[in-house]
Amino acid sequence: MLKFTFRGVRGSIASPGPKTVKYGGNTTCIEVRTDSELIILDAGTGIFPLSQTLFPEFPLTCHIFISHTHWDHIQGLPFFIPMFVAGNRVKIYGGQDPVTGNGVQEALSRQLEYAFFPIREAELSAELEYISLSENQVVNIGDAQITNVLMNHPAIDYGYKVSCGDKSLFFTGDHEWPYNIYEPGDDDYQLFKEHIAQKRKSIIDMVAEVDVLIVDTAYTDDEYPAKKGWGHGSFLSSIAMARDAGVKHCFFTHHEPTRSDEELEKVFQAALEKHPSQPGDQEFYLAQEGFTFEL
Amino acid sequence: MSDLHQQLVQMVDRMPAFSGSVNKILQMTSDIDCAPKDLVQVIEHDPVMMAKILKLVNSAYFGLSREITSIKHGVVFVGLNTIKNLAISIATMGMLPKAGPAGLDMNSFLLHSLGTASIAKLLGKRLGVMPDKTTDYFVGGLLHDIGKVVFAQFMPQEMERALKRVEVEEVSLSIAEMIEIGADHAQLGGMLAEKWQLPHTLVTCIKEHHSLEPNGGPNKVLDCVVAANIIVKQVGFGCAGNLIEDRLPDHVSARFGMELAELQESIGNLDEELEKANAFIRI
Repeated sequence: MLKFTFRGVRGSIASPGPKTVKYGGNTTCIEVRTDSELIILDAGTGIFPLSQTLFPEFPLTCHIFISHTHWDHIQGLPFFIPMFVAGNRVKIYGGQDPVTGNGVQEALSRQLEYAFFPIREAELSAELEYISLSENQVVNIGDAQITNVLMNHPAIDYGYKVSCGDKSLFFTGDHEWPYNIYEPGDDDYQLFKEHIAQKRKSIIDMVAEVDVLIVDTAYTDDEYPAKKGWGHGSFLSSIAMARDAGVKHCFFTHHEPTRSDEELEKVFQAALEKHPSQPGDQEFYLAQEGFTFEL
Repeated sequence: MSDLHQQLVQMVDRMPAFSGSVNKILQMTSDIDCAPKDLVQVIEHDPVMMAKILKLVNSAYFGLSREITSIKHGVVFVGLNTIKNLAISIATMGMLPKAGPAGLDMNSFLLHSLGTASIAKLLGKRLGVMPDKTTDYFVGGLLHDIGKVVFAQFMPQEMERALKRVEVEEVSLSIAEMIEIGADHAQLGGMLAEKWQLPHTLVTCIKEHHSLEPNGGPNKVLDCVVAANIIVKQVGFGCAGNLIEDRLPDHVSARFGMELAELQESIGNLDEELEKANAFIRI
């Protein structure tokens, strides 16, 4: 069994309010369940409402995979209640900071510094463990297997594939497909283009034929040019990715924080009309907080 | 020697880059709209930045399943912002002094490296390599003498004596380094490149650029770097401390089907290529 529940689908910053009630205002967090395991993808503010549902499972063991350490993907971590309760085991996985060489623990330790939070890391009662991942490292957790691939974002950002039995899902974290920094007339244009094609292949190979793709789709196609280089995808890029990888279901997430429910549905419909479904196409959905999907 | 190597490996991590590129990186990256290709160009013209960034992106931090052979390659595989932040972190370590304590003029050294890089690329094209496949030729040329900067920075007294010996005794710098330090810059650079897990072709270019024999089998990139290194000295562009003019090794002559003078003549006027390198230093 593999199923998941969106606990946070908003990008960049939490956006609560009457206009985001339907799709939700919490930032990225996805609860993934197999028969035996609890795996959490990213620890945005959505991890707080998730943590409030976990009391009946104490003492629990859970595995949190951080795509990258930008605020909207880690901000809920200090409020992850199981960490405060003895007997729980929390394992946190993520990439290393290549500039400082620091592992993923740095992100949490820093959040828990005196100026930012009243409780120090040493005071957390649960058993905590940090695991720094390199690209393509395979992690076996009970009946699940998690692998990663380096995505393209202004940070080290891993996309995670979770497989269990013959079911699998892939979550991009934040991702913008690399674009050519050279102009068609430049000497290096062709070479760069080839590197981009190789990179695309390395990601598509990982995502190929997963059942579910959960993909950063922050922008409409029209908005994208002004946001190029910010590290996020558009409906155009996400639909192309889903098609190239031959996935069965595709959920658009990382909703733009200023987008109301009504506007979100409008741009979603417009995108589907602009990129009409082709034979054999997957189903497309808007990620919605609280929505559960069993594969 | 292994103790010395070990010591240098640790010191090199703190080695700063060339002053021009450090200034440019700091200036460019304070502008949020800085063009990615301009940033890449600066990094690609600094042997220290180039080596250090290739070292990091090929390291276990990333554990990438492929070798990253150039900065452009790195930009696509680990992201522009990561490359930019690596460059900033190197830039904030300070900068190499223009006149190194060992008496190695860093500007002349840089011109020699850039000249070798440009000519190696030109020679690669001459051998029929497609223009978009000549990156290794450029990077190999740029990095071939990296060991010299390391000696100058971390063993300035020994290197100064070696450079003097070159002048007074008319021996090659490699021989002088062997006498004063116990290893030459090709050995040291090659060892560092291996340690840094740089792509094999680059390791070979650094390690074997003074070899008269085709060690490790035929290698088109290395042959171009060897020839370019000699040509750039012939035309007197920059200087990296070696005053003895090498001859073209037989297997390199055979590769091009001609001797040095003929090869140099056949590639025509190098002014344009060398002016590009010069212009870059002047910016």
